[in-house]
Formats: sequence, structure tokens, C-alpha cells
Amino acid sequence: MKLFTFSKRCAKEILRDPLNLLFGLGFPGVLLLLLSAIQANVPVALFEITKLTPGITVFGLSFMTLFSATLIAKDRESSLLQRLYTTPLRAYDYILGYLLPVIPIAILQSTACYLLAIALGLPVNVNILYAILMTAPISVLYIALGLLCGSVFNVKQVGGICGALLTNLSAWLSGVWFDLELVGGTFEKIANLLPFVHAVEIQKAIINGSIAEAMCHFPVVFGYAAGTLCVAVFLFLRQMKKQ
Amino acid sequence: MDAIQTINLTKQYNGLTAVDHLNLQIKQGELFSLLGTNGAGKTTVIKMLSCLTAPTQGDAFIGGYSIVKDSWNVKSMIGVSPQETAVAPNLTVLENMELICGIHSFSKEKTSAKIAELTKLFDLQDILFKKAGKLSGGWQRRVSIAMALISEPCILFLDEPTLGLDVIARSELWEIIRALKGTVTIILTTHYMEEAETLSDRIGIMKNGKLLVVGTAQSLMEQTATEKFENAFISIVKEAAQ
Repeated sequence: MKLFTFSKRCAKEILRDPLNLLFGLGFPGVLLLLLSAIQANVPVALFEITKLTPGITVFGLSFMTLFSATLIAKDRESSLLQRLYTTPLRAYDYILGYLLPVIPIAILQSTACYLLAIALGLPVNVNILYAILMTAPISVLYIALGLLCGSVFNVKQVGGICGALLTNLSAWLSGVWFDLELVGGTFEKIANLLPFVHAVEIQKAIINGSIAEAMCHFPVVFGYAAGTLCVAVFLFLRQMKKQ
Repeated sequence: MDAIQTINLTKQYNGLTAVDHLNLQIKQGELFSLLGTNGAGKTTVIKMLSCLTAPTQGDAFIGGYSIVKDSWNVKSMIGVSPQETAVAPNLTVLENMELICGIHSFSKEKTSAKIAELTKLFDLQDILFKKAGKLSGGWQRRVSIAMALISEPCILFLDEPTLGLDVIARSELWEIIRALKGTVTIILTTHYMEEAETLSDRIGIMKNGKLLVVGTAQSLMEQTATEKFENAFISIVKEAAQ
């Protein structure tokens, strides 16, 4: 009951911010339209709708980091968290309360992306449903990054770090905008060591109907998700104690 | 039994003593004001008593429960309105109150009854469906105190509740605080001498983490041979500095 109440409040705070809706749901859609238009005029293999949509979907998840980090940082700055710390909410109520409501938002964003992609020519099959469902566990990685940043940075810092730096870095390192093999060298090695490109590969493999290939990338993505979540929980509890 | 009893309550931050061996008893239903200059340790006392920060030394008992060992029971007895306004800005006033009801696991019926009661007491009818973040400072403070009262606390902590409010908003909040007197034990911190003098049963004056005196406004004026409470406060603080 307590957890549900707190989660509901977090979802409302996120969804009632028009900027969140504009960037979170609108921006990936605009990118999909724009890159599809480029693809129609100058065909590039990377921007074929079956390859582009999984990439844009995962890129959209970086906004979940921004949403959750901004919400936590705002709560810390406004003393709302201080008030709530004097109530019988437990530490796990806060952590799950911030984490859980963002997952359906991620699924909603992913659904919107795939629906738009269908309108742009993505063949309709059951794999799309699987890909949308796979968004949920992948989104935990991005939400945990948000929990981590929101526990450490203030609202202004979150805007810069999550809104600009992380969004761009995760996109560059995920191979959505350009083929990582074309850059090669250290950049490619670093990208492969990080989870972003693997998250995109999971989505691509599922859309192609290759569950076995998708599973090859599971350890990296979910390993990072678990590790990030552990660090995020530690940092959140530390700032909670500092209060 | 005292509503609050502190025993050598001390808080140090990086070697700096914010609260120094505070010994204090506050009776049930009493409105007790903590006064002091900036950095006197008032907010730190409130933070320790509301289990937001652990004491470095000593203990305090709220309704008989230790803030060190029984913080869970203490939290179920207290309501806190922090110094900065603590409302969820994108939620309406009604939703803010529902949030606190939900966190305290109120039933639907109890939630409705409690919200109706506080809406009447704080005159929130006209702003019930407005987003809390869009309200003026005075109204946000009202909502913040209403939220602190939802859990039916035995003890209410009001940390500078009228800070930054205009005269009208302040006087309206005073009326509300007066209405609560006797039913809830209230610990109030303020920089406004008139506020402390008008509202309090007893007043404690702090400086550099130490409690200098405790008494009624009248007794403190008599003690310092002054006719205005503000002068009594200045006299006590200056004397401590010498």
C-alpha cells in the first residue's frame, strides 16, 4: 500500500511534466521520422527500419535516466524527502517507489516507437511484442543510473550530466548513429565493454527473431544493471543517512 | 509522562558542536518554542527529535520511545513541517494529502474523513484541486502543515513555519497553530519574537548549541528586567556571549 502510493506519486510527477512528455515520448519519434526520411533519400544499411527502431528505442531509454534522476534530485532539494523520511516508509519503499513506476513509462515509450515504426514500414510480427516486453528489464539499467545520479547530484547537475552528457554518450557508444566498426580501435573496444551497444543488439536480435543471439548479450546488460542498481541503492541510502 | 525528554542530547559535525548536552522536558499538549540566533542549533534539535539525524551523544524520549533505539515508533507519533516547503509540486493539494494518508496506510474512509477535516481546518476548499507547486508561499506552508497533521501526530514539529510569509498569511497561520494548542504537543522554531511570545506556553533560548534559559515569555522578561520580550531575548543572548 505504502509502496504503491509512493510509486503512483512518482509516476504522476514524471508524467505531468510537459518537458518529460515532449522529450521522452516525442523526441525518439521525431528522430525515427527524420532518419527514416534520410534513409528514403540516401539508403544507409544502419538506418533501415528493422535496425533503426531497436536503436532508437534503446536511445529513448536514456530519458528514463533523466526522468528518475531529476525527480530524486528535486525531491531532495525541496525537502519533500526530508518530510517522507519522518514517516514510516522503509528504505526499500523509496528505492522501489522510484524504480517501478518508470518501467511502464519505458514500455509506453517503446510501444510508441514501434507503432510509429510499423507506420513507417516495420513488418508486423510477434517479435515486436517480445521486443517491447524486453524493454522492461533493459530499462532497469537506465533507471538505476538515474537513481544513482539523483542521489549524488543536484537538479542543475542532473540536467547537464544525464540530460546532455549521458544521453549523447550512451547514444554514441551504442552504435545507433554510426557503425562502431567504422570507428574501430579503442572506441569500439570501450563501447563493447559498456552495456549500451549490447542493449541495442538484444533489441535487434529479438526483432530478427533470434533469441539465442539476444541471449549472448544478456550477461553484459543485466550484469551492468545489477551492478549499477547496487551502487545506486548504496548511494541513495548514504544520502538518506546524511539527512 | 513528558511528551519529550532529552538527556544530554548532543550533535557534532566534523568536530563542531551543533547541539551541546541539551536537557529538556516538554509536557503533553504544550506549545514550546525554540529561539536562537542563526546557527544556534534549533533545526538540528528538530532533526534529531524527528529521527532525521542521529545524535552523537545522549538520547531523547518521545512518548517514552528512544529516538536512537525506537525510531520506528517515534516516527509513528510525530508530524514534521520542515523549514523549506515540502510538497509534491506536480500533485494537487488533494493528491498531496492522499499521498500522506496512503503512506500511513489509511483506509479509504479514513482518508476521506481526514482530508475533509483538514480541508475545513486549514480552509483549503478553494485550492484542493490546484497543483501545490503553483500556490503562493503562504498557501504552500498551510498545505505543508496540514500534511504534517494527517497522521494524527501526538507531537508536531514546526520548523520556522512563517518564515518569508506576509503579515496576513502569518496571522492566519497563527490562528491555525492556536487552534491546535492543547490537543497536540507543538515544538516550534522561529526568528520572530512576537510569534514566540504570542503562541508559546514556554520558550527555550539557544546559542551555539547550548540551551541558555527556559521559561514563559513573562518570566524571561522579569528575569531580565525588560518590558519587551525582544529585549529580554537580546539581553539573554548578549549576556551569554560575554
